[in-house]
Amino acid sequence: MRLNLTVNGRPHQADEVWEGESLLHALRERLGLPGSKNACEQGECGSCTVYLDDVPVCSCMVAAGQAQGRAVRTVEGLADGERLDPVQQSFVDAGAVQCGFCTPGLLVQAHDLIERNPEPTDAEIRESLAGNLCRCTGYEKIMDAVRLAAQRKAVS
Amino acid sequence: MDFLRAASLDDALATKAQRPDIAPIAGGTDLMVGINFDHIRPSGLLDLTSVPELTEWSESGDVVRVGAGVPYARIISELGERLPGLAMAARTVASPQIRNRGTVGGNLATASPSGDAHPALLACDAEVELASTRGTRRMPVTEFFTGVKRNAAEPDELITAVHLPRATGPQQFAKVGTRNAMVISVCAFSVALHPDRAAVGTGFGSAAPTPRRAVEAEQFLSGELTSRGMWADPRPLPDTVVERFGELVAAACAPIDDVRGTASYRRHALGVLARRTVRWTWDEYSIGRQTCA
Ligand SMILES: Cc1cc2nc3c(=O)[nH]c(=O)nc-3n(C[C@H](O)[C@H](O)[C@H](O)COP(=O)(O)OP(=O)(O)OC[C@H]3O[C@@H](n4cnc5c(N)ncnc54)[C@H](O)[C@@H]3O)c2cc1C
Ligand code: FES
Ligand code: FES
Repeated sequence: MRLNLTVNGRPHQADEVWEGESLLHALRERLGLPGSKNACEQGECGSCTVYLDDVPVCSCMVAAGQAQGRAVRTVEGLADGERLDPVQQSFVDAGAVQCGFCTPGLLVQAHDLIERNPEPTDAEIRESLAGNLCRCTGYEKIMDAVRLAAQRKAVS
Repeated sequence: MDFLRAASLDDALATKAQRPDIAPIAGGTDLMVGINFDHIRPSGLLDLTSVPELTEWSESGDVVRVGAGVPYARIISELGERLPGLAMAARTVASPQIRNRGTVGGNLATASPSGDAHPALLACDAEVELASTRGTRRMPVTEFFTGVKRNAAEPDELITAVHLPRATGPQQFAKVGTRNAMVISVCAFSVALHPDRAAVGTGFGSAAPTPRRAVEAEQFLSGELTSRGMWADPRPLPDTVVERFGELVAAACAPIDDVRGTASYRRHALGVLARRTVRWTWDEYSIGRQTCA
């Protein structure tokens, strides 16, 4: 089937999308956007998190056809040109990235948290990121990064 | 396989009537796991996320109608006051991303003994609304679960909504698992006090082939509260009553051993959950709501 959707503000079209295919697969394999990662394909790890009409979802759990005519924002769409979003810059500065596989999903999910809740408590950060697994960092640097991002967004 | 998008409920029902084997897809959080891993290959997918009738909730009199496609995240943020038990159960489902997509309709259709919405629906005497081109019907949720992952919907029917009375008293939901998030319950329990009709509702999950009520426990507790005059004059719940309630809940279950826990652990833990949650609801009823982080 043919899929038309907006990704990171621009209209995209993909042909020969399989009807049972996930949005994650369509983004990575058809639209050339490999930022969103595939680590489990069963909703468990959050590394495929993208915004679908401004709501963060696991793109591996969305059928590509469900995104027809809708707006998707992936990790590739967080930065403003060359300028990283404060959430991205904070992950770099706090050392919250090791192998980096979990990072795209965490960035989108943390971005949404701070949009909705500019001053999250630690408990709120943990609850918000509970669906994003990281096997490298032990999460402490990720907590630092999110706190830092919230502070930076508050002053900017 | 094909992919069909329903623009309205009539549209969706017409498709389901013509193609009873088509798989409706709402949040996709059950269905896509099966498709991604090639465990299921439906003849087609029918997208329900664009059907407005399924994605809204409304209130008429004392009854709240929650469209089958309202995601958990909205139940939590919009219905916590009216339907506290269901909202608490929703808050324990998976992760924020899954709660942004997953729906009660999908939970019911999957009809897993571990579905977290089910105990809360049972404790509130919810009704399931089913529709087809032949018409709409409502059935008590107690009659909906017919076996492990089996339900009473006909092949041409869609689940369109659940109907629950707006809460008249405190409600609780608790589940046992290895962490707070992302956990299929080892066992789960919900209790609701219905002071308007001097009744108690319960529901439990992951401890029998289907989600069930603990009817004897409900009758025991409502009988005690009524005979002691405690609905009108709430006093602390005697330990003996709490103990007996827990025993009766544990006696109502029929668990199995599996990877998540043994039958005897489940029975024990269900009794513990029953005692805890009944204390929480009773404390809230008698001394007002307690808040914690
Ligand atoms: C990582 C992960 C963690 C999870 N954790 C939990 C948990 O903690 N607790 C829990 O209860 N569940 C959990 N689940 C399971 C799942 O999220 C829930 O069962 C959810 O309610 C399914 O809803 P959905 O809208 O996503 O269903 P879908 O996947 O869209 O559909 C599920 C089934 O229902 C059918 N269906 C959907 N809507 C309708 C309708 N309106 N009428 C008729 N049939 C319909 C579909 O054809 C399919 O067979 C988890 C899933 C994942 C991936
Ligand atoms: S790849 Fe989607 S949640 Fe893991
Ligand atoms: S940095 Fe490796 S999984 Fe998180």
